[in-house]
Formats: sequence, C-alpha cells, structure tokens
Amino acid sequence: MLLMKRRDFLKTGAAAGALASLYGCAGGNKAGGHVVVVGGGYGGATVAKYLRMWSEGAVQVTLIERNPTFISCPISNLVIGGTKTMEDITVSYDGLKNKWGVRVIQDDVVAVDAAKRTISLKAGGAMSYDRLVLSPGVDFMFDQIGGLDNADAQGKILHAWKAGAQTVALRKQLEDMKDGGTYAISIPKAPYRCPPGPYERACLVADYFKKNKPKSKVVILDANEDVMSKKALFTKAWSDLYKGMVEYRNNSEVKEVDVASKTAMLEFDKFKADVLNIIPPHRAGNIAASAGLKLINKRWVDVNWLSMESTSTPGVHVLGDAVFPAPTMPKSGHMANQHGKLAAAAILNLLAGQEPNPAPVVMNTCYSFVDSKNVIHVSSIHQYDAATKLVQPVKGAGGVSAARNELEGKVALGWAKNIWADMLA
Amino acid sequence: MKLLTVIAAAGLVASTSAIAADPHLARNLAATCANCHGTNGHAVKGSGMDSLAGMEKAKTLQKLADFKSGDKPASIMHQITKGYTDEQLDLIAGYFAAQK
Repeated sequence: MLLMKRRDFLKTGAAAGALASLYGCAGGNKAGGHVVVVGGGYGGATVAKYLRMWSEGAVQVTLIERNPTFISCPISNLVIGGTKTMEDITVSYDGLKNKWGVRVIQDDVVAVDAAKRTISLKAGGAMSYDRLVLSPGVDFMFDQIGGLDNADAQGKILHAWKAGAQTVALRKQLEDMKDGGTYAISIPKAPYRCPPGPYERACLVADYFKKNKPKSKVVILDANEDVMSKKALFTKAWSDLYKGMVEYRNNSEVKEVDVASKTAMLEFDKFKADVLNIIPPHRAGNIAASAGLKLINKRWVDVNWLSMESTSTPGVHVLGDAVFPAPTMPKSGHMANQHGKLAAAAILNLLAGQEPNPAPVVMNTCYSFVDSKNVIHVSSIHQYDAATKLVQPVKGAGGVSAARNELEGKVALGWAKNIWADMLA
Repeated sequence: MKLLTVIAAAGLVASTSAIAADPHLARNLAATCANCHGTNGHAVKGSGMDSLAGMEKAKTLQKLADFKSGDKPASIMHQITKGYTDEQLDLIAGYFAAQK
C-alpha cells in the first residue's frame, strides 16, 4: 500500500512539472520525494547535502554509512608520511544532520530491490525510496593475489587504500621498520582509485625515510607500463629529492604474496620487503553487483552521464569510483563530489517530472605532495557531448603544474578544507 | 487524462526545444567551482581560497578572462577557465554575484 501511494504521488509530481515547464516557470526544484543515499564519502555526502540545499528541504534524504565519521583518503598519505594526524583528516556527519536535515544512519545496506524500490539494512528492516543513490566506492579483489584472500594475510599485508584503521596500521609498520629496510608499494592495473596516489605515497614515505631512516629504500612495483599520472613531475621528484632512495619498476604486477617473508611474487621475479604495501585490483563496491546493476568488465557500473543513473536499472544512480569512467576521467574524491552535484540536479529535475540538464559539466583537480610541503597538480574539465553521450575532456584545457612548488602545498590544504565543507558543513 | 497528456507533451517539447536551457544551469555550473571556492562561493575562512559570493559580475568575468588569456598568472586557473565556454563563465559569474 505504501508503495502504491508513493507512485501516485510521483505521478502528481510529474504532472506539476509538466505544467511548470509549459508556463516557463523554473519551479524551484521543490518537488518532494525520498532519496536514499548509500555511502557517505566524497560522492554520497555531496549528493545528500545538495539535494537538501537545492530542494530547500522539500526532498527527504536518508544517508546510510557504515562508519561513524568521514575519513578522507586525500591527505591521508600525509598521515602515512607522519606530518598529519588522523584527526586532521576526520570530519563529523553532524553538519549533514543538524544543518541540512539529512537523516544519517550508521549501518550497511545488504540488499536492493530495484523493482520494489526498497533497500534492506544489515541491522534489520527495510526502507522504500523514490530514487536511490549508490556511492559505495571500491571493494578489493583479494582473490586476484594469491595468499591474500584471508583475514590474517589482509591484516599484515596492508593496502591502506581506504583511509581509516589501515592508514594508522601502515604508519606503525613504517615507524617500526629498521633503518636500512625496504618499503615496497604495488599498484594494480588502471583503472584504480586515485591515479597519482601511489606515487605520492612513495614520495611521502621517502620523505619520512630521508629525515629519519636515511639508509632505507622505497620500491614501486607498478603493474602498468608507465607512471599513470604526472609522470615528469613525479620522476623529477624522485631524482631530485630522493636520489638512490626511490626505485620505480614498471610492468611489475604482483601475482602472489608470501605473508611470512613479506615477499611479492611477480610473473618472472620476486621481491622481498620489510614493509609490503599491496594495493589489490578493485571494482565497484559490492553493493553494485548485488543490486544487479549492469557492470562493464564485471567491475564498474555503466551510467547515463546526464543523470548518473544506471543504464540497466531505473531509479538507481551511482557515483564516484564505482562508475565506469568517461574518457580520461580519474577516480578521485574531487570527481565523486562533482558526480554528486550532477546527480542531485538530475534527481531534482526527475522528481519534478523534468528532463535532466542536457549540458552537464564536471571537472577535476588533484593535488599530490612530493614532500611535506611541495605539491604538483593535475586538472581537467569534462563537458557532456550529445553525440557520444559521454562527458568528454575539453581539449586544450586542464593540465599539470609547471614544477613542484610550496604555494600549491598551501592550496592543496585549502582545497581539502573547502571540499570537506562543501560535502559536510 | 487527455488534458494531462497534452500538457505533458507540451512540457516535453518545451524542454527539448530549449537545449542547454535548464532553468538551473547557472547554479549547476557554479557548483563545479565549489570544491575549492566553497558552497555557493563561500570559501572556508582562513583556507586561503578566494570567496566568490557577492563579487561583482564584471569583476569576476574580467578575472576569468585574464586567466583564460594568460594575462593573469595562476597556478591552475589558467587551465580551468579554458574548459568552460564564455557563455558558461558568464552564467557562473552572474550566479556568484547574486549570492549574499
């Protein structure tokens, strides 16, 4: 009965929207409805806030997030490098709750019934929605690396590719390592979350070693053919700042690990480290597959770029790293935030019975620290192209820093403050 | 019922005949700036980023044009402005000027 009522309500909303556009009235995006958002990271928190803000409170928003607070992946490499703390990268959900009236529930979603438009919660109970937004980030494909498909191994060979307990644990492993030891980080084949992130981490671990354990080494085992982002700038940092300390190896996909000896097995070689940091291949958060959404390469969700709606499953929008990226689009927190705004605008139009904005734009800015103060960036702008139905990078726009510099080190921290506020405050 | 169908059809025509005429286009475009410049152009105090809210439209447009042409040196804005059309920059500057 409840579902019937909601459908009736939606029909009414659609009619009102048609009237509004007939008379050329904007309508203020004030049609009601209930949107459930799963995942309170860069994408989910943003869509939750912007739905409330742009609808002036007319749309009810429930955010389901498994963690009690937001912990940022961007800037977390500075925690691993030892110049920032977990407190510096942790933000409360209180702003979303108290200022924006988002209902925040700490729980996990275990099932989606897209036909009935309901979700089931781990703690029990179900919830109905008019529109569902999944912003689940990534889950790791531990089965792709021999020896890593059990909890014991995963507790010793860390990824620290989701900020939180693993960030703290990896920092501790580095602190416990003797001078003269080797830290090795492995990078999966693209696409993966945060293309420049592993190279930044290598720099910041090297920065820590240089100041505290100068006989130590950093080795990058990259499954890709080459450095995936800001290549010239990273390579210059390694040779200028960390000569003889950082070693980069391309085409070095880790196939298996020996946990006890901290050895990474490559196809034709093996590599023993004192701290072994394996970033396994990843895919859209598990909820995407269990919800039955169409995946590309069995990994990433196929979306309509006008609305971020799944191409297979009406009423379900997907954001951020879980999405099969448009050309040259990085999996980044900044981009997930932009997806959140694109989706919020589209959902409000759809709830009001209007078409989504036919000309969406998203853009990305990513700052990487090469030491505790100097930063390099990459930026890009992506405009919707009706012919390919994709957001396409604008040629001649965007780019990278001319050289590493301290000014952008300050800008990077200013970026973090502003994007966290844009999502959560 | 018939009346509703007619109205719905008229609405469809109105929205498809006016491509790029989403009534919230300026708002949506300006939101792409908020990651660095704050929600609705209200940058976090002490973050070192320029607040754009309430800035005179002509002033914002001049700055953006100078970034785009390279007349005004920048760390990143010269690259970002090139990604937007002049019409889009005009909408963005207008939106921020209208923010309190």
